[in-house]
Amino acid sequence: MKTMLGRTLREVSAALKQGQITPTELCQKCLSLIKKTKYLNAYITVTEEVALKQAEESEKRYKNGQSLGVLDGIPIAIKDNFSTSGIETTCASNMLKGYVPPYNATVVQKLLDQGALLMGKTNLDEFAMGSGSTDSVFGPVKNPWSYSKQYRERRRQKPHGENEDSNWVITGGSSGGSAAAVSAFTCFAALGSDTGGSTRNPAALCGLVGVKPSYGLVSRHGLIPLVNSMDAPGILTRYVDDAAVVLGMLAGHDPKDSTTVQDPVKPFTLPSLTDVSKLCIGIPKEYLVPELSSEVRSLWSKAADLFESEGAKVVEVSLPHISYSIVCYHVLCTSEVASNMARFDGLQYGHRCDIDVSTEAMYAATRREGFNEVVRGRILSGNFFLLKENYENYFIKAQKVRRLIANDFVNVFNSGVDVLLTPTTLSAAVPYLEFIKEDNRTRSAQDDIFTQAVNMAGLPAVNIPVALSNQGLPIGLQFIGRAFCDQQLLTIAKWFEKQVEFPVTQLQELMDDCSSVLENGKLASMSLKQ
Amino acid sequence: GSGRITAEMIEHLERLALVDFGSREAVARLEKAIAFSNRLHAVHTDGVEPMESVLEDRCLYLRSDDVVEGNCAEELLQNSHRIVEEYFVAPPGNIPLPKLDEQEPVLHS
Repeated sequence: MKTMLGRTLREVSAALKQGQITPTELCQKCLSLIKKTKYLNAYITVTEEVALKQAEESEKRYKNGQSLGVLDGIPIAIKDNFSTSGIETTCASNMLKGYVPPYNATVVQKLLDQGALLMGKTNLDEFAMGSGSTDSVFGPVKNPWSYSKQYRERRRQKPHGENEDSNWVITGGSSGGSAAAVSAFTCFAALGSDTGGSTRNPAALCGLVGVKPSYGLVSRHGLIPLVNSMDAPGILTRYVDDAAVVLGMLAGHDPKDSTTVQDPVKPFTLPSLTDVSKLCIGIPKEYLVPELSSEVRSLWSKAADLFESEGAKVVEVSLPHISYSIVCYHVLCTSEVASNMARFDGLQYGHRCDIDVSTEAMYAATRREGFNEVVRGRILSGNFFLLKENYENYFIKAQKVRRLIANDFVNVFNSGVDVLLTPTTLSAAVPYLEFIKEDNRTRSAQDDIFTQAVNMAGLPAVNIPVALSNQGLPIGLQFIGRAFCDQQLLTIAKWFEKQVEFPVTQLQELMDDCSSVLENGKLASMSLKQ
Repeated sequence: GSGRITAEMIEHLERLALVDFGSREAVARLEKAIAFSNRLHAVHTDGVEPMESVLEDRCLYLRSDDVVEGNCAEELLQNSHRIVEEYFVAPPGNIPLPKLDEQEPVLHS
């Protein structure tokens, strides 16, 4: 019997309507879990008072039979690069420590308008640059699955005799805080952002559903931008149906974001697919790279076989330019970053240094103090590619390659393929100590390999958790859909979710054991950053 | 092309970006990044138009030019560290950063 926290949104909503539980009780449960799992470092700001007040108002609505919808009274969390009115928004950077936005991002406003309870702002790689959630000014995020019994038993076999907590694994990134928050049951859904895979990557490593909607479907107003032509708000939940509920609420044209399309959108329910025999699943051959772990490869293969055995057509397809996607992304991303980060000069908001000699000196010192090495590195790279002598050979060249990549996908979908099935990550989560042996850029280039091209082409994609590795860590697979066919994508994903039956709630009981031990300080948490 | 980044280039980039490298490692990282990016040149792109946005076939939405919100000067000024009445206070402009050889040696031995 699943506890309330392990249920789907619709189940909890029904329970709230029937009075089996009140929004305040639900809120208290989640707040208490947040406290118990503080060692994960998933949250930068916990908005306890705000959440309790929202819960009170939600309760009144339920009493009067006037609930706002499925999300009314449901605890959620928001990645700390979305502007939240009156609540500090830091992007995990010194540059914005103490910055309090005077407005809500459109997606935040939409969730609040539906009565959702804001538990807090979650941790991320600084300015969403990274694939581990390890480069935050507030310290790295720990993957809750590090504390699963199976994983810890495996680790204890190593004769290191070191501190027991030193082998924790990363959440992936950059939306690692949101992923850890949902994975640890402290909320039912969380917003992330996805520019190169930043929602799908941590979803895979934390055993969650991670959705990147079609570019232009969901408003970016209030999402502090990284790459304007690729950013998308992402959704992290434990179930596909929950993600569909949230997406239905968030999708739609926003006059404040002129890159949102004007096609009419309404909340959608996913049909329960029973017959997949009319579907055509594409397997991109270029994704079979030597670095792919055998466990992931095996699951990918089994998934393809599953579709075939149920009557679907499964075909190998080719995306000839895909191997250039990471390089192309590197140039375009750093170039857009160089431009987007120019707004941080200390004058109107954010950190400001003490130097007053000249504007240039003030800007330079402010930016040196405010940005970490990763951010500074990308700004400098971007400026290099945008130099007059390099513009044509790097920036324009990358834009041309982008078209080739986008066209590859168009050609594949035009040949009759409904969705593509690919790995999401090369392997399950790796230990932090191993991850930090390479620098951020190298890691991102390795980890984004399956997810990044999707952002190039602006397509919708979703990670579905499939199974646990033999170390007890989650592995997920990715489905990629046609542009603006998000509903179809999630319908197929929901069918697949039902077939694989990933042990979603296994973590809950295991963590209950662990968190009380950690609370008593028997396992001191090693903070290896700075 | 590839190759080491010159001191001139370092100075130029730092001035444009208003962000400094801070260490030899950072310069080395940029050199690696450039070498990595040079792989793009292997792709044939003759006759291919640059793609700026995946939504290039659609028009951007323009709002009508009516004021619907605003009047929040006070709220916005509160986020700044240095204000005087309704002004953000900036240090004097048009003063270029000192040249690298006039600065404290940070990067160059």
